Amino acid sequence: MSDTISSSQDAATPIVIVGHVDHGKSTLIGRLLHDTDNLQDGKVAQIIESSKKRGLKIEWSFLLDSLQIERDQGVTVDSTRIPFRLDTREYVIVDAPGHRQFLRNMITGAADAEAAVLVVDAVEGAREQTRRHAMLLHLIGIRHVIVLLNKVDLLDFDQAKVEAVEVSVNELLGKLGLEAAYFVPASARDGDNIASRSERMPWYSGPTLTEALARVPTPASRSELALRFPVQDVYRFGDKRYVAGRIERGRVRVGDTVVIGTQKTPARIASIESWHTAPHVSASAGQSIAVTLEPDVIPDRGDLLHHVDTPPAQASRVRTRLFWLRQEPLRVGESFRLRLATAEHAVTVTSIESVVNLDDLTMHPGTEVPPEGFAEITLSAAENIQFDAFAPGTPDGRGVLVDLQQRIVGGAPLIGPADIAVGEKSIHPSASVVTTQDRQRVKGHKGQVFWLTGLSGSGKSTLARAAENALFSAGVDVSVLDGDTLRAGLCKDLGFTEADRTENVRRAAEVARILRDAGQVVLVALISPLRSDRELARQIIGDGFEEVFVDADLDTCEQRDPKGLYAAARAGKINGFTGIDAPYEAPQAPALRVATGDGSVESAVAQLVSFVEGSVRAGSNARARS
Amino acid sequence: MDHLDQLEAQSVFILREAYRKLKPLAMLWSLGKDSNVMVWLAKKAFLGRVPFPVMHVDTGKKFPEMYQFRDEYTKKWELDLLLGDCPPVEEMDPSLPPAARSAARKTAGLAAMIEKHKLQGVIAGIRRDEQGTRAKERVFSPRGASHKWDIRNQPPEFWDQYATPHEDGMHIRVHPLLSWREIDIWRYIEREGIPLVDLYFAKNGKRYRSLGDADITSPVESNAATLAEVIAELETTKTSERSGRAMDHESEDAFERLRVAGYL
Repeated sequence: MSDTISSSQDAATPIVIVGHVDHGKSTLIGRLLHDTDNLQDGKVAQIIESSKKRGLKIEWSFLLDSLQIERDQGVTVDSTRIPFRLDTREYVIVDAPGHRQFLRNMITGAADAEAAVLVVDAVEGAREQTRRHAMLLHLIGIRHVIVLLNKVDLLDFDQAKVEAVEVSVNELLGKLGLEAAYFVPASARDGDNIASRSERMPWYSGPTLTEALARVPTPASRSELALRFPVQDVYRFGDKRYVAGRIERGRVRVGDTVVIGTQKTPARIASIESWHTAPHVSASAGQSIAVTLEPDVIPDRGDLLHHVDTPPAQASRVRTRLFWLRQEPLRVGESFRLRLATAEHAVTVTSIESVVNLDDLTMHPGTEVPPEGFAEITLSAAENIQFDAFAPGTPDGRGVLVDLQQRIVGGAPLIGPADIAVGEKSIHPSASVVTTQDRQRVKGHKGQVFWLTGLSGSGKSTLARAAENALFSAGVDVSVLDGDTLRAGLCKDLGFTEADRTENVRRAAEVARILRDAGQVVLVALISPLRSDRELARQIIGDGFEEVFVDADLDTCEQRDPKGLYAAARAGKINGFTGIDAPYEAPQAPALRVATGDGSVESAVAQLVSFVEGSVRAGSNARARS
Repeated sequence: MDHLDQLEAQSVFILREAYRKLKPLAMLWSLGKDSNVMVWLAKKAFLGRVPFPVMHVDTGKKFPEMYQFRDEYTKKWELDLLLGDCPPVEEMDPSLPPAARSAARKTAGLAAMIEKHKLQGVIAGIRRDEQGTRAKERVFSPRGASHKWDIRNQPPEFWDQYATPHEDGMHIRVHPLLSWREIDIWRYIEREGIPLVDLYFAKNGKRYRSLGDADITSPVESNAATLAEVIAELETTKTSERSGRAMDHESEDAFERLRVAGYL
């Protein structure tokens, strides 16, 4: 904001200020800007006026808490970035809110910081948000931490008392593998050891805060690492095709041979294109460039370009250290998109290895990750994910989870592939010696899953049961998994929240897969209202998953109301009922659509039976439709 | 890479994300120094072209030099220019102080443009160092159907992953210059030779440091008549860039109220 002055031509070093609420972050920043002559004319007078208006003495935090609600309630709602200069070096001070529910704002400010100042009230010591913030610093890879022990005036500047706090904070950081670069005892309100040395602590010989900031190392160059050039977009302008993106690390030269994505297509960098600059023959980490390729292949967004001899890791199951930002817990079976640089993968949480207890920072087995919690989890994708393991100070492995609405719900630094070592929970499914072909030969058809989705009352179960009867009579080994039957037994522990519905779908899909593997034709009759849930089922079942849309409109279903559920939902007796107050996402491209709104039951059954028979009886030609 | 190279690379990355993810997309071109830098950066990102329309939400009260500049550079830069007008001040919230009320016209004009063109993305040239509430912005800042900025509920934004619209009627304000400082803008203009209206340079001891509507913007005392002199002045000044913008100073919360309602 316009409250500071600045000038140097070097890149600014971002420093995040974190700590428990009321431990004095904003006051510290106000004092720091004031004592180092970084404030604009009239700013102090403005602050005094705003403070007076609210009956306060002088509230330094008003420098940063520029929003009305922040000033009126005395809390920082969202992070702020303020340019700041010390001698000739430029910094950006990031003020991060300390309240628990503002973790998402803290991470927004802190993620790209070079160093952190962890403010700890010397009287109170480390509190819940101190631990949470330290944990987050560890997870996002900030390794240079300056601990500012604030309010030491309340300890009468007593060396023994201050050092006792230092020991306890050190112990906390040690548990996280963090080591404080400096402990600075200070009084932000009075300016002791901020920009000038305190005369009230003659026993302290370490740096003041400004001296400690001056010693923050500048970031190491990433140009000498192996090349990672994720494709951001591909443009066709005029007769040229441009592959655009930012080099995350390494260096690329015209003439280099690169490998594109998991398809491993090789290509040569024919040119590096730009506008209004001298032509480039090479480009390195941090630059946003556009290249042309020879041959003129068309990569996808998210494809990683790398040199032949330095490929990234590759796995379809990856382990991550999650920081979870959603206000509801995370459970196994939930599906997300994993964004990794410009790539995006559909992933499912297949296991939660351990959850962090924030009271003592120990790891425990758990079945869910609480809101704003931390955990180690495994994510599975249908395809291979190319990645480099997360490393502090590099852009490697910076996974971010987004939900189905594309909202960012968590950070997921990738720590490695999960295929081999899953620790104590390692499972080794045994493979059958009876082959699929053997089963197919004996039964006269192959195993396959037909997933019937549709509104309640659309006729899924009726259709499935009638088709089961007809197929059985025709010699097909067939079974039906129907929603109510599953919920009566296998899934009776589940309710109707979104997470429980997802779990219901997951279990149905797992059972269907086992039956299919045993050679059966499985008709699943489940509302399964969410596309993402059906996608999860498709991922679990793999080949031989066919989506069947049992299509009757809401009015028709509601008129039928065979179980009286619509009436109950309308009367408000049940909540979250699909079609009434929960969404139904119709399939976009079902393998088969059966209209049950008007036609007779017989014709609908005939349609399904003939589709199933055609699909499971035929040889390879029936599979040609992809 | 020096500081300007880094800022340029980051802005290019942001513009390319916006172009890829938000359709239809348009860029606000207010004819001032920052939005000229933004058009320039778009040409850097897209190899000499601006592949989306630029919008001028015209209050009808800009300086004549600015209209002249607009007509000249729409042609020179081959821009697809969309023009929108603003409703009269009488239709604006009467509880706002006078200058803020006048500035609110632009919010209403912009809202009409967004609806008319069903825009999912609007690129705007605000910077964090201009003003306290702008310092709290996101690079991709979602706006609901009412165009309101929900300060209490901003999405997380880290590791270069940005929000996308997830509800009907939403749009995203994209801020590629958010990390630039005033002096970076000037140094970049100098380095690249980006054209500007000459109101920014001193005549008779005064120059405009920030350009808004002619009736609510005043010049500052200055003798800086060249780029080099402007940069030298900024290296030592301790006054605020927007000190000549009346609506920022009418009351403590006037600017915040404007921004929450959808102002830039």
